[in-house]
Amino acid sequence: MTKEEIISHLPYTKPFHFVDKITKVSLETIEGEYLFKEDEFFYKGHFKNKPITPGVILTECMAQIGLVSFGIFLLGNIVKNEEISLAMSSTDIQFYKAVLPLEKVIVKAEKIYFRFNKLKCEVSMLNENKKIVAKGIIAGMIIKNENKN
Amino acid sequence: MSKEINIEELKSIIEPYVQNKENWDNLTDETDFINDLEINSANLVDIVLDIEDAFEIEIDNESMEQMLTIKSSITVIKDKINNK
Repeated sequence: MTKEEIISHLPYTKPFHFVDKITKVSLETIEGEYLFKEDEFFYKGHFKNKPITPGVILTECMAQIGLVSFGIFLLGNIVKNEEISLAMSSTDIQFYKAVLPLEKVIVKAEKIYFRFNKLKCEVSMLNENKKIVAKGIIAGMIIKNENKN
Repeated sequence: MSKEINIEELKSIIEPYVQNKENWDNLTDETDFINDLEINSANLVDIVLDIEDAFEIEIDNESMEQMLTIKSSITVIKDKINNK
């Protein structure tokens, strides 16, 4: 599966799509990036007159790259033939730096294990200065839905 | 000769993931991990991986799907130990 194919299989759309591209992927690790646009919906309220990317959105971005994109790659052809979804099952993330509008982040994930349809990864997010923004463990379950047709 | 399985060891693996403490206190061989103990499917995977480490066995997908009660888990564990 190519990096472009991974993106095309992502189950998200605007305003909740936080992957611009996948830059590296292998059976053990994935890397991708996202640029937080100036007009993201959450900046209006988080915070009043002071837009900062919410931690839950950083977590979501880390999960979309480090868990869902990675899972799609690891499942490969299964994704093409079957209707599947990936549900986040746990997160344990530490935050180190704020991310402002128009900042680009790089997400890197390393597989801890992928067994019995559960993918667990160590995920980190860096800013453009290569400083750690957030880091932690995210896990999710692959749920296979019957009959795509 | 099959090695006896230490039930307490098995229980200590399961306990951290149990949500329904009342059913845990009244645990029987037939108590269902998902329906009675309210363990989610992701944690069920953790239990199976912990069992693999504790009993030094490898559990395949098919066996994993059977491991939904204490009784069925012991059956699988015994089977894997004896066929190692």
